[in-house]
Amino acid sequence: MLDVSQLKCVRGERPLFDGVGFRLESGKLLFLRGANGAGKTSLLRILCGLSPAESGQILWNGQPIAELGEAYRQDLFYLGHHNALQEALTVNENLSFYATLAGAVPSLAETSHALSQLGLRACQNRLVRHLSQGQKRRVALSRLLLTRAKLWVLDEPFVALDHAAIELLANLIAGHLSQGGLAVITSHQSVTIGTQTPQVLELRA
Amino acid sequence: MSALSWSSVFFAVVRREVSLSMKQKGEVLTPLFFFVVVTSLFPLGIGPESALLLRMAPGVLWVSALLAAMLSLQRLFAVDYADGSLEQMALSPAPLVLLVLAKALSHFILSGLPLVLMAPILGLQFGLEGRALGILMLSLLLGTPTLSLIGGIGAALTLGVRGAGVLLSLLILPLYIPVLIFGAGAVEADAAGLGAGGHLSLLAALLVLSVFFAPLATTAALKISLE
Repeated sequence: MLDVSQLKCVRGERPLFDGVGFRLESGKLLFLRGANGAGKTSLLRILCGLSPAESGQILWNGQPIAELGEAYRQDLFYLGHHNALQEALTVNENLSFYATLAGAVPSLAETSHALSQLGLRACQNRLVRHLSQGQKRRVALSRLLLTRAKLWVLDEPFVALDHAAIELLANLIAGHLSQGGLAVITSHQSVTIGTQTPQVLELRA
Repeated sequence: MSALSWSSVFFAVVRREVSLSMKQKGEVLTPLFFFVVVTSLFPLGIGPESALLLRMAPGVLWVSALLAAMLSLQRLFAVDYADGSLEQMALSPAPLVLLVLAKALSHFILSGLPLVLMAPILGLQFGLEGRALGILMLSLLLGTPTLSLIGGIGAALTLGVRGAGVLLSLLILPLYIPVLIFGAGAVEADAAGLGAGGHLSLLAALLVLSVFFAPLATTAALKISLE
Protein backbone atom coordinates (compact mmCIF):
# COMPACT_ATOMS: atom_id res chain seq x y z
CA MET A 1 0.00 0.00 0.00
CA LEU A 2 1.31 3.40 -1.00
CA ASP A 3 0.44 6.30 1.24
CA VAL A 4 1.49 9.79 0.22
CA SER A 5 0.72 12.88 2.26
CA GLN A 6 1.39 16.59 2.08
CA LEU A 7 4.00 16.31 -0.63
CA LYS A 8 5.64 19.55 -1.68
CA CYS A 9 8.03 19.96 -4.56
CA VAL A 10 10.12 23.00 -5.46
CA ARG A 11 12.09 23.25 -8.69
CA GLY A 12 14.62 26.04 -8.66
CA GLU A 13 12.80 28.93 -7.02
CA ARG A 14 9.37 27.91 -8.29
CA PRO A 15 7.03 25.76 -6.21
CA LEU A 16 5.66 23.03 -8.47
CA PHE A 17 3.01 21.56 -6.24
CA ASP A 18 2.11 21.53 -2.60
CA GLY A 19 -0.10 19.43 -0.35
CA VAL A 20 -0.32 16.50 -2.76
CA GLY A 21 -1.56 13.34 -1.13
CA PHE A 22 -3.20 10.07 -2.06
CA ARG A 23 -3.59 6.54 -0.85
CA LEU A 24 -3.27 3.60 -3.19
CA GLU A 25 -4.39 0.15 -2.07
CA SER A 26 -3.27 -3.17 -3.52
CA GLY A 27 -4.79 -3.88 -6.90
CA LYS A 28 -5.47 -0.21 -7.61
CA LEU A 29 -4.38 2.12 -10.35
CA LEU A 30 -3.64 5.83 -10.09
CA PHE A 31 -3.81 8.04 -13.14
CA LEU A 32 -1.77 11.17 -12.76
CA ARG A 33 -3.03 14.04 -14.87
CA GLY A 34 -2.01 17.61 -15.39
CA ALA A 35 -0.86 20.07 -18.02
CA ASN A 36 2.72 20.12 -19.27
CA GLY A 37 4.94 21.44 -16.53
CA ALA A 38 2.50 20.64 -13.76
CA GLY A 39 5.07 18.35 -12.17
CA LYS A 40 3.90 14.86 -13.12
CA THR A 41 7.36 13.55 -13.84
CA SER A 42 8.75 15.28 -10.76
CA LEU A 43 6.11 13.61 -8.61
CA LEU A 44 6.94 10.19 -10.09
CA ARG A 45 10.64 10.71 -9.46
CA ILE A 46 9.92 11.66 -5.87
CA LEU A 47 7.76 8.56 -5.50
CA CYS A 48 10.71 6.46 -6.66
CA GLY A 49 13.09 8.17 -4.29
CA LEU A 50 15.20 9.59 -7.11
CA SER A 51 14.54 13.21 -6.15
CA PRO A 52 13.92 14.47 -2.65
CA ALA A 53 10.64 16.19 -1.81
CA GLU A 54 10.73 19.60 -0.17
CA SER A 55 8.44 18.26 2.51
CA GLY A 56 5.86 15.54 2.97
CA GLN A 57 5.83 11.83 3.53
CA ILE A 58 5.73 8.71 1.39
CA LEU A 59 4.91 5.45 3.12
CA TRP A 60 5.18 2.03 1.54
CA ASN A 61 3.29 -0.55 3.62
CA GLY A 62 3.37 1.90 6.50
CA GLN A 63 7.10 2.66 6.44
CA PRO A 64 8.90 5.69 4.98
CA ILE A 65 10.54 4.76 1.68
CA ALA A 66 13.86 6.37 2.63
CA GLU A 67 14.14 3.99 5.59
CA LEU A 68 13.14 0.98 3.53
CA GLY A 69 15.80 1.68 0.90
CA GLU A 70 16.72 -1.58 -0.77
CA ALA A 71 13.48 -3.30 0.30
CA TYR A 72 11.45 -0.57 -1.39
CA ARG A 73 13.52 -0.65 -4.55
CA GLN A 74 12.95 -4.41 -4.69
CA ASP A 75 9.20 -3.74 -4.90
CA LEU A 76 9.49 -0.89 -7.37
CA PHE A 77 9.58 -0.79 -11.14
CA TYR A 78 10.08 2.60 -12.72
CA LEU A 79 10.14 3.47 -16.38
CA GLY A 80 10.65 7.10 -17.29
CA HIS A 81 10.75 8.97 -20.59
CA HIS A 82 13.98 7.26 -21.47
CA ASN A 83 13.92 3.66 -22.51
CA ALA A 84 17.08 2.97 -20.50
CA LEU A 85 18.46 0.69 -23.18
CA GLN A 86 22.11 0.62 -24.12
CA GLU A 87 22.04 1.15 -27.89
CA ALA A 88 25.23 -0.75 -28.65
CA LEU A 89 24.05 -3.95 -26.97
CA THR A 90 21.50 -6.45 -28.21
CA VAL A 91 17.96 -6.68 -26.91
CA ASN A 92 18.77 -9.86 -25.03
CA GLU A 93 21.89 -8.41 -23.44
CA ASN A 94 19.95 -5.40 -22.22
CA LEU A 95 17.15 -7.47 -20.74
CA SER A 96 19.37 -9.98 -19.01
CA PHE A 97 21.45 -7.15 -17.54
CA TYR A 98 18.34 -5.65 -15.96
CA ALA A 99 17.15 -9.03 -14.76
CA THR A 100 20.47 -9.51 -12.96
CA LEU A 101 20.27 -6.01 -11.49
CA ALA A 102 16.86 -6.83 -10.06
CA GLY A 103 18.34 -9.91 -8.41
CA ALA A 104 16.61 -12.41 -10.66
CA VAL A 105 18.28 -15.26 -12.44
CA PRO A 106 17.90 -14.30 -16.08
CA SER A 107 16.55 -17.25 -18.03
CA LEU A 108 16.63 -17.13 -21.78
CA ALA A 109 13.23 -18.82 -22.02
CA GLU A 110 11.58 -16.16 -19.88
CA THR A 111 13.16 -13.37 -21.87
CA SER A 112 12.11 -14.76 -25.21
CA HIS A 113 8.60 -15.38 -23.91
CA ALA A 114 8.37 -11.75 -22.81
CA LEU A 115 9.68 -10.55 -26.15
CA SER A 116 7.36 -12.71 -28.20
CA GLN A 117 4.40 -11.40 -26.20
CA LEU A 118 5.31 -7.93 -27.41
CA GLY A 119 5.93 -9.13 -30.94
CA LEU A 120 9.69 -8.77 -30.75
CA ARG A 121 10.74 -12.36 -31.04
CA ALA A 122 12.73 -11.74 -34.19
CA CYS A 123 14.60 -8.84 -32.60
CA GLN A 124 16.18 -10.76 -29.73
CA ASN A 125 19.70 -10.67 -31.04
CA ARG A 126 19.55 -7.37 -32.84
CA LEU A 127 21.29 -4.29 -31.57
CA VAL A 128 18.94 -1.84 -29.93
CA ARG A 129 20.43 0.85 -32.16
CA HIS A 130 18.85 -0.83 -35.19
CA LEU A 131 15.30 -0.85 -33.81
CA SER A 132 12.62 1.72 -34.47
CA GLN A 133 11.41 4.12 -31.77
CA GLY A 134 8.28 2.08 -31.14
CA GLN A 135 10.21 -1.17 -31.01
CA LYS A 136 12.63 0.28 -28.45
CA ARG A 137 9.68 1.32 -26.31
CA ARG A 138 8.31 -2.21 -26.60
CA VAL A 139 11.62 -3.66 -25.49
CA ALA A 140 11.67 -1.34 -22.49
CA LEU A 141 8.12 -2.34 -21.64
CA SER A 142 8.85 -6.05 -22.02
CA ARG A 143 10.74 -5.68 -18.76
CA LEU A 144 7.31 -5.45 -17.12
CA LEU A 145 6.86 -9.13 -17.90
CA LEU A 146 10.17 -10.00 -16.27
CA THR A 147 9.89 -7.99 -13.08
CA ARG A 148 8.37 -9.19 -9.85
CA ALA A 149 7.93 -5.67 -8.51
CA LYS A 150 4.62 -4.85 -6.85
CA LEU A 151 4.55 -1.14 -7.60
CA TRP A 152 4.79 -0.01 -11.20
CA VAL A 153 5.56 3.64 -11.77
CA LEU A 154 5.27 4.43 -15.47
CA ASP A 155 5.84 7.82 -17.03
CA GLU A 156 3.95 8.16 -20.32
CA PRO A 157 4.13 4.44 -21.12
CA PHE A 158 1.83 4.72 -24.14
CA VAL A 159 3.95 7.19 -26.07
CA ALA A 160 5.36 5.92 -29.38
CA LEU A 161 3.25 2.76 -29.27
CA ASP A 162 0.81 1.63 -31.97
CA HIS A 163 -2.79 0.62 -31.22
CA ALA A 164 -2.03 -3.05 -30.82
CA ALA A 165 0.80 -2.34 -28.39
CA ILE A 166 -1.31 0.08 -26.37
CA GLU A 167 -3.94 -2.60 -25.94
CA LEU A 168 -1.28 -5.14 -25.00
CA LEU A 169 0.18 -2.83 -22.40
CA ALA A 170 -3.25 -2.02 -20.99
CA ASN A 171 -3.89 -5.74 -20.59
CA LEU A 172 -0.52 -6.18 -18.98
CA ILE A 173 -1.28 -3.50 -16.41
CA ALA A 174 -4.75 -4.91 -15.81
CA GLY A 175 -3.22 -8.34 -15.20
CA HIS A 176 -0.74 -6.83 -12.76
CA LEU A 177 -3.54 -5.10 -10.84
CA SER A 178 -5.64 -8.25 -10.68
CA GLN A 179 -2.72 -9.98 -8.98
CA GLY A 180 -2.73 -7.36 -6.26
CA GLY A 181 -0.15 -5.06 -7.83
CA LEU A 182 -0.23 -1.27 -7.79
CA ALA A 183 0.41 1.12 -10.63
CA VAL A 184 0.94 4.85 -10.92
CA ILE A 185 0.75 6.11 -14.49
CA THR A 186 0.89 9.42 -16.28
CA SER A 187 -0.64 9.64 -19.72
CA HIS A 188 -2.03 12.24 -22.05
CA GLN A 189 -4.03 9.62 -23.87
CA SER A 190 -7.12 8.16 -22.27
CA VAL A 191 -6.70 4.43 -22.17
CA THR A 192 -9.10 1.99 -20.58
CA ILE A 193 -7.27 -0.39 -18.31
CA GLY A 194 -9.20 -3.43 -17.13
CA THR A 195 -12.67 -2.95 -15.76
CA GLN A 196 -11.98 -0.83 -12.70
CA THR A 197 -12.29 2.94 -12.61
CA PRO A 198 -8.83 4.25 -11.78
CA GLN A 199 -8.15 6.83 -9.13
CA VAL A 200 -7.27 10.13 -10.76
CA LEU A 201 -5.00 12.77 -9.33
CA GLU A 202 -4.99 16.12 -11.07
CA LEU A 203 -1.90 18.26 -10.61
CA ARG A 204 -2.29 22.00 -11.01
CA ALA A 205 0.60 24.36 -11.28
CA MET B 1 19.37 -9.40 -1.54
CA SER B 2 22.02 -11.95 -0.74
CA ALA B 3 25.77 -11.57 -1.06
CA LEU B 4 25.66 -14.05 -3.93
CA SER B 5 23.38 -11.91 -6.06
CA TRP B 6 25.41 -8.85 -5.12
CA SER B 7 28.45 -10.42 -6.68
CA SER B 8 26.46 -11.42 -9.74
CA VAL B 9 25.30 -7.80 -10.06
CA PHE B 10 28.90 -6.66 -9.76
CA PHE B 11 30.09 -8.99 -12.49
CA ALA B 12 27.07 -8.22 -14.67
CA VAL B 13 28.13 -4.56 -14.70
CA VAL B 14 31.75 -5.45 -15.49
CA ARG B 15 30.64 -7.82 -18.24
CA ARG B 16 28.35 -5.19 -19.72
CA GLU B 17 31.11 -2.59 -19.82
CA VAL B 18 33.63 -4.96 -21.33
CA SER B 19 31.28 -6.26 -24.01
CA LEU B 20 30.28 -2.69 -24.80
CA SER B 21 33.84 -1.66 -25.45
CA MET B 22 34.47 -4.79 -27.49
CA LYS B 23 31.73 -3.51 -29.78
CA GLN B 24 33.03 0.04 -29.75
CA LYS B 25 36.74 -0.63 -29.94
CA GLY B 26 37.54 2.99 -30.67
CA GLU B 27 36.83 3.87 -27.07
CA VAL B 28 39.56 1.60 -25.80
CA LEU B 29 41.99 2.33 -28.62
CA THR B 30 41.75 6.14 -28.60
CA PRO B 31 43.26 6.69 -25.13
CA LEU B 32 45.84 4.02 -25.84
CA PHE B 33 46.95 5.65 -29.10
CA PHE B 34 46.94 9.00 -27.35
CA PHE B 35 49.33 7.54 -24.78
CA VAL B 36 51.59 6.14 -27.50
CA VAL B 37 51.63 9.32 -29.56
CA VAL B 38 52.22 11.72 -26.67
CA THR B 39 55.07 9.69 -25.21
CA SER B 40 56.63 9.32 -28.68
CA LEU B 41 56.55 13.07 -29.26
CA PHE B 42 58.93 13.76 -26.39
CA PRO B 43 62.00 11.99 -27.79
CA LEU B 44 61.29 13.66 -31.14
CA GLY B 45 61.02 17.09 -29.58
CA ILE B 46 63.95 16.84 -27.23
CA GLY B 47 66.39 15.16 -29.54
CA PRO B 48 68.70 12.21 -29.14
CA GLU B 49 70.22 13.17 -25.83
CA SER B 50 69.95 9.85 -24.10
CA ALA B 51 70.90 10.99 -20.58
CA LEU B 52 68.20 13.66 -20.60
CA LEU B 53 65.58 11.30 -22.03
CA LEU B 54 66.39 8.66 -19.46
CA ARG B 55 66.02 11.21 -16.69
CA MET B 56 62.63 12.37 -18.01
CA ALA B 57 61.18 9.02 -18.93
CA PRO B 58 59.20 8.15 -15.77
CA GLY B 59 57.66 11.61 -15.52
CA VAL B 60 56.70 11.76 -19.19
CA LEU B 61 55.18 8.29 -19.15
CA TRP B 62 53.24 8.99 -16.00
CA VAL B 63 51.90 12.38 -17.12
CA SER B 64 50.80 10.83 -20.43
CA ALA B 65 49.08 8.04 -18.52
CA LEU B 66 47.17 10.58 -16.42
CA LEU B 67 46.02 12.45 -19.52
CA ALA B 68 45.07 9.23 -21.31
CA ALA B 69 42.98 8.15 -18.31
CA MET B 70 41.20 11.53 -18.37
CA LEU B 71 40.16 10.98 -21.99
CA SER B 72 38.01 7.96 -21.24
CA LEU B 73 36.72 9.17 -17.88
CA GLN B 74 34.21 11.55 -19.41
CA ARG B 75 32.24 8.66 -20.78
CA LEU B 76 32.28 6.65 -17.57
CA PHE B 77 28.73 7.61 -16.58
CA ALA B 78 27.71 10.03 -19.36
CA VAL B 79 26.16 7.47 -21.75
CA ASP B 80 24.22 5.71 -19.02
CA TYR B 81 23.07 9.06 -17.70
CA ALA B 82 21.80 10.18 -21.11
CA ASP B 83 19.83 7.03 -21.93
CA GLY B 84 18.31 6.56 -18.49
CA SER B 85 20.26 3.42 -17.57
CA LEU B 86 21.92 5.18 -14.65
CA GLU B 87 18.50 5.90 -13.12
CA GLN B 88 17.64 2.25 -13.44
CA MET B 89 20.89 1.28 -11.76
CA ALA B 90 20.21 3.72 -8.92
CA LEU B 91 16.74 2.19 -8.51
CA SER B 92 17.92 -1.41 -8.54
CA PRO B 93 17.91 -3.21 -5.20
CA ALA B 94 21.69 -3.55 -5.32
CA PRO B 95 23.54 -0.72 -3.58
CA LEU B 96 24.70 1.96 -6.01
CA VAL B 97 28.15 1.95 -4.45
CA LEU B 98 28.64 -1.62 -5.67
CA LEU B 99 27.77 -0.60 -9.22
CA VAL B 100 30.15 2.34 -8.97
CA LEU B 101 32.96 0.05 -7.86
CA ALA B 102 32.21 -2.27 -10.78
CA LYS B 103 32.32 0.68 -13.15
CA ALA B 104 35.69 1.77 -11.78
CA LEU B 105 37.07 -1.74 -12.13
CA SER B 106 35.88 -1.90 -15.74
CA HIS B 107 37.47 1.47 -16.41
CA PHE B 108 40.75 0.16 -15.07
CA ILE B 109 40.53 -3.03 -17.15
CA LEU B 110 39.70 -1.11 -20.32
CA SER B 111 41.88 1.95 -19.99
CA GLY B 112 44.45 1.39 -17.24
CA LEU B 113 45.56 -2.14 -18.01
CA PRO B 114 46.34 -1.47 -21.71
CA LEU B 115 48.61 1.38 -20.59
CA VAL B 116 50.41 -0.90 -18.13
CA LEU B 117 51.02 -3.43 -20.90
CA MET B 118 52.10 -0.80 -23.41
CA ALA B 119 54.43 1.10 -21.04
CA PRO B 120 57.54 -1.13 -21.33
CA ILE B 121 57.59 -0.80 -25.11
CA LEU B 122 57.37 2.97 -24.84
CA GLY B 123 59.92 2.98 -22.03
CA LEU B 124 62.43 1.45 -24.43
CA GLN B 125 62.25 4.59 -26.56
CA PHE B 126 63.64 6.49 -23.61
CA GLY B 127 66.38 3.97 -22.98
CA LEU B 128 64.90 2.53 -19.79
CA GLU B 129 66.21 -0.94 -19.04
CA GLY B 130 64.86 -4.19 -17.66
CA ARG B 131 64.68 -3.40 -13.99
CA ALA B 132 63.41 0.16 -14.45
CA LEU B 133 60.78 -1.05 -16.92
CA GLY B 134 59.58 -3.59 -14.37
CA ILE B 135 59.23 -0.94 -11.70
CA LEU B 136 57.49 1.40 -14.15
CA MET B 137 54.94 -1.32 -14.95
CA LEU B 138 54.44 -2.13 -11.29
CA SER B 139 53.93 1.53 -10.40
CA LEU B 140 51.39 1.90 -13.22
CA LEU B 141 49.65 -1.29 -12.15
CA LEU B 142 49.25 0.08 -8.63
CA GLY B 143 48.52 3.65 -9.73
CA THR B 144 46.07 3.40 -12.64
CA PRO B 145 43.25 1.77 -10.59
CA THR B 146 43.52 4.74 -8.24
CA LEU B 147 43.17 7.04 -11.25
CA SER B 148 39.96 5.25 -12.28
CA LEU B 149 38.53 5.38 -8.76
CA ILE B 150 39.30 9.05 -8.10
CA GLY B 151 38.32 9.97 -11.65
CA GLY B 152 34.89 8.47 -11.02
CA ILE B 153 34.17 11.21 -8.49
CA GLY B 154 34.87 13.89 -11.10
CA ALA B 155 32.92 12.06 -13.80
CA ALA B 156 29.91 11.84 -11.46
CA LEU B 157 30.14 15.48 -10.39
CA THR B 158 30.29 16.81 -13.96
CA LEU B 159 27.37 14.71 -15.29
CA GLY B 160 25.04 16.72 -17.46
CA VAL B 161 27.20 19.84 -17.16
CA ARG B 162 28.17 21.77 -20.27
CA GLY B 163 31.89 21.70 -20.96
CA ALA B 164 32.16 18.69 -18.70
CA GLY B 165 35.46 17.57 -20.22
CA VAL B 166 37.48 20.62 -19.26
CA LEU B 167 35.81 20.91 -15.87
CA LEU B 168 36.56 17.26 -15.21
CA SER B 169 40.27 17.83 -15.90
CA LEU B 170 40.36 20.86 -13.62
CA LEU B 171 38.69 18.95 -10.82
CA ILE B 172 40.56 15.71 -11.08
CA LEU B 173 44.10 16.45 -12.22
CA PRO B 174 45.05 18.14 -8.91
CA LEU B 175 43.83 15.03 -7.10
CA TYR B 176 46.11 12.92 -9.27
CA ILE B 177 49.24 14.70 -8.04
CA PRO B 178 50.10 12.25 -5.21
CA VAL B 179 49.77 9.30 -7.59
CA LEU B 180 51.98 11.08 -10.12
CA ILE B 181 54.65 11.92 -7.54
CA PHE B 182 54.93 8.44 -6.11
CA GLY B 183 54.46 6.72 -9.45
CA ALA B 184 57.17 8.59 -11.29
CA GLY B 185 59.24 8.75 -8.11
CA ALA B 186 59.37 4.97 -7.81
CA VAL B 187 61.39 4.61 -11.00
CA GLU B 188 63.67 7.53 -10.15
CA ALA B 189 64.29 6.31 -6.61
CA ASP B 190 65.30 2.92 -7.90
CA ALA B 191 67.63 4.49 -10.46
CA ALA B 192 69.20 6.52 -7.65
CA GLY B 193 69.79 3.33 -5.70
CA LEU B 194 67.30 4.16 -2.93
CA GLY B 195 64.96 1.31 -3.73
CA ALA B 196 61.40 1.71 -5.00
CA GLY B 197 59.79 -0.08 -2.06
CA GLY B 198 58.68 3.01 -0.20
CA HIS B 199 57.09 4.64 -3.22
CA LEU B 200 55.31 1.47 -4.26
CA SER B 201 53.97 0.94 -0.74
CA LEU B 202 52.59 4.46 -0.74
CA LEU B 203 50.96 3.87 -4.13
CA ALA B 204 49.39 0.72 -2.71
CA ALA B 205 48.19 2.68 0.32
CA LEU B 206 46.62 5.30 -1.95
CA LEU B 207 44.89 2.50 -3.83
CA VAL B 208 43.48 0.97 -0.67
CA LEU B 209 42.25 4.34 0.55
CA SER B 210 40.58 5.18 -2.75
CA VAL B 211 38.97 1.73 -3.05
CA PHE B 212 37.30 2.50 0.23
CA PHE B 213 36.45 6.19 -0.04
CA ALA B 214 36.16 7.07 -3.73
CA PRO B 215 33.08 4.91 -4.49
CA LEU B 216 31.26 6.49 -1.54
CA ALA B 217 32.01 9.98 -2.82
CA THR B 218 31.10 8.97 -6.38
CA THR B 219 27.79 7.52 -5.22
CA ALA B 220 26.92 10.71 -3.35
CA ALA B 221 27.80 12.78 -6.43
CA LEU B 222 25.71 10.53 -8.71
CA LYS B 223 22.69 10.87 -6.45
CA ILE B 224 22.96 14.64 -6.67
CA SER B 225 23.30 14.51 -10.46
CA LEU B 226 20.24 12.27 -10.76
CA GLU B 227 17.92 14.51 -8.76
